Amino acid sequence: MLNVKTMADYAAANEMPEVLFWVGCAGSFDQRAQKVTRSFVKILQHLNIKFAVLGSEESCTGDPAKRAGNEFVFQMLALQNIEVLNGYGIKKIVTTCPHCFNILKNEYPSLGGNYEVLHHATYLQQLIDSGRIKLTDTAAFKGKKITYHDSCYLGRANEIYEAPRKVLEELDAELVEMKSCRTKGLCCGAGGAQMFKEDEPGKKRINIARTEEALETDARVIAAACPFCNTMMTDGVKAKDKQAQVKVFDIAELLAAGQGLETIQL
Amino acid sequence: MLTYFQIYLFIAFAAITAFYAYRGYNRIYKNIKLGKPENLTDNPSQRLRNMLLVALGQKKMFKNMTPAILHLMIYVGFVITQVELIEVFIDGFTGHHRIIYHAVENIPALRSFYVFTISFIEVISIFVFIATVAFLTRRWLLKVPRLNMPELQGFPIIDATIILASEIYLLTCIFSMNTADMAMHNGEYGFLVSGMLMPLFDGMTYTSIHYVERIGWWGHLFGVFAFLCYLPYSKHLHILLAFPNTYFARLTPKGYIANMPEITKEIKLMMNPDAAYAAPAEQPAEPVKFGAKDVFDLSWKNLMDAYSCTECGRCTAACPANQTGKLLSPRKIMMDTRDRLEEVGSKIADNKGVWNDDGKSLIENGYISVEELRACTTCNACVEECPVMISPLDIIVQLRRNLIMEESNAPAEWTGMFANMENNGAPWQFSQQDRLNWVKE
Repeated sequence: MLNVKTMADYAAANEMPEVLFWVGCAGSFDQRAQKVTRSFVKILQHLNIKFAVLGSEESCTGDPAKRAGNEFVFQMLALQNIEVLNGYGIKKIVTTCPHCFNILKNEYPSLGGNYEVLHHATYLQQLIDSGRIKLTDTAAFKGKKITYHDSCYLGRANEIYEAPRKVLEELDAELVEMKSCRTKGLCCGAGGAQMFKEDEPGKKRINIARTEEALETDARVIAAACPFCNTMMTDGVKAKDKQAQVKVFDIAELLAAGQGLETIQL
Repeated sequence: MLTYFQIYLFIAFAAITAFYAYRGYNRIYKNIKLGKPENLTDNPSQRLRNMLLVALGQKKMFKNMTPAILHLMIYVGFVITQVELIEVFIDGFTGHHRIIYHAVENIPALRSFYVFTISFIEVISIFVFIATVAFLTRRWLLKVPRLNMPELQGFPIIDATIILASEIYLLTCIFSMNTADMAMHNGEYGFLVSGMLMPLFDGMTYTSIHYVERIGWWGHLFGVFAFLCYLPYSKHLHILLAFPNTYFARLTPKGYIANMPEITKEIKLMMNPDAAYAAPAEQPAEPVKFGAKDVFDLSWKNLMDAYSCTECGRCTAACPANQTGKLLSPRKIMMDTRDRLEEVGSKIADNKGVWNDDGKSLIENGYISVEELRACTTCNACVEECPVMISPLDIIVQLRRNLIMEESNAPAEWTGMFANMENNGAPWQFSQQDRLNWVKE
């Protein structure tokens, strides 16, 4: 059981946290993404960072509705969230989901929600750069190939290509690139609310196409920075029956393992 | 006599061209203005930078080296050749022959500069020829996939071939003109490439070489005039529209999709019902329509995007949905938007400037299908790829809004997702009270 304080706890104690961790729906409910949430929290706690979550006061940011075309549902959720965030006087937000990151950073301001919003890739990179994160347990990664899968909402949408790679470089592993990467990165197939419906008829699923690119690199680990990419790539690896050879991890999980906060079997 | 006849013919040609070109470009301008207003004039220095780098400097073309270099050859050749055209035009209006040359022939420095310029144009023209043949080869023999997709069948592939063929036609005219001119004057001008081609005319009489020169001169001019008139009916219009299109491209991060202010107003009233009583409801002149169903509902920039599209298909080649065999092709989104706009524009023109609903729209009706719209992952690969900063995604999202908010046309899974988001604040059916359950390992 992790001891995590909510904004309500902080407000009751008349305190302000350094940063609000926006957990997101996947991070809250999806079993695989919950693990990422816990790894990220362990890093924050290990570094004694004063952070809060919203807990039951958090709602979906509205991203899948907005991208599907339902601006009503999006703005309803957005305006509710902004009321909560502004009520607590939130200044700085970090999130482990690129979709939450994009919408909080780019689409909330014109609705009255102005915050400094960071994706955890950038946040972790800053902690590394400032020397606060020191890796102690990188032996498991030494010489292992890791390939990073660019999330569209981190990469093309917000031009964050280097931060997640810098985080991975800390691990002493061999970073290998897929055929399409960075600006040319191939989508995992989840964005635009595709995560929540069946694919249109076609030759193959997008996550299979992307997993094939990842498998071509011969990497031991596919690193993701998005809970939906994580699901898509994990499903792809399963479909290709490669679970034994290839594992999908979030950069936070890998970094937590590098600090001895998690155990990862490679 | 003949000289005067040629001047009159030239002026007549120029006037006819001006008339038809004006009609063509004015049609494009009017059609773009059918779109909704959108203010894209902020930050002029960044906009100018985009235009200089992306349109003039072709920055985004260089993501893909081979076509970038071939395209650069034709682009530079096209621009440089206009220099010789200036003299052709003055000659045409005045009845002179190589007026600039004769003005400078006794000033050695200027004379050499003239000869150098024309020779340079000739050398570049050789590169243009090579690039044009390479493009025809890529399209027709190598069958590069993005140049042979279903949406290109019919006029688009003919259009592309007409443009490439006319490049070769224009080059042939320029070289016939220069080489014959050289041959008639015993190589006096000293042009580089045509000097080497001169022996081709060995044994021909002066009169027949003169005919060749005139055919080349008039043929070139006719080609240029025809090209000007054809341009507003061709995908080749990008050579002009690339400039305003990059200048007015949105400067926001690609992940940003604009919020709809008309919806903010309604939700704020919902969240604070007292305000609804306090403020008298404004009666909008016509019922607010959410999202876009037809070209009128899109912004003028979306419509300019459609006319700027060169149908190169970099967007479609990069599209994850298209790569995995789905129906969606971002290029087709742009082509359909343009084709529907053309249809609407010509119906308005036929009807003395008044639009009567034709019962069709941009969605379905042989244009963009629901299935195509559904397949988009909003990954921005198409937007990233476009060398002239077109956004197919912006149109897709606006059409999706119409499907969902006006037609209630959503796949069942999405309907469930919307309900979950409204009721539990998450796309899945979990209780909001359980959002902290992850703390338990």
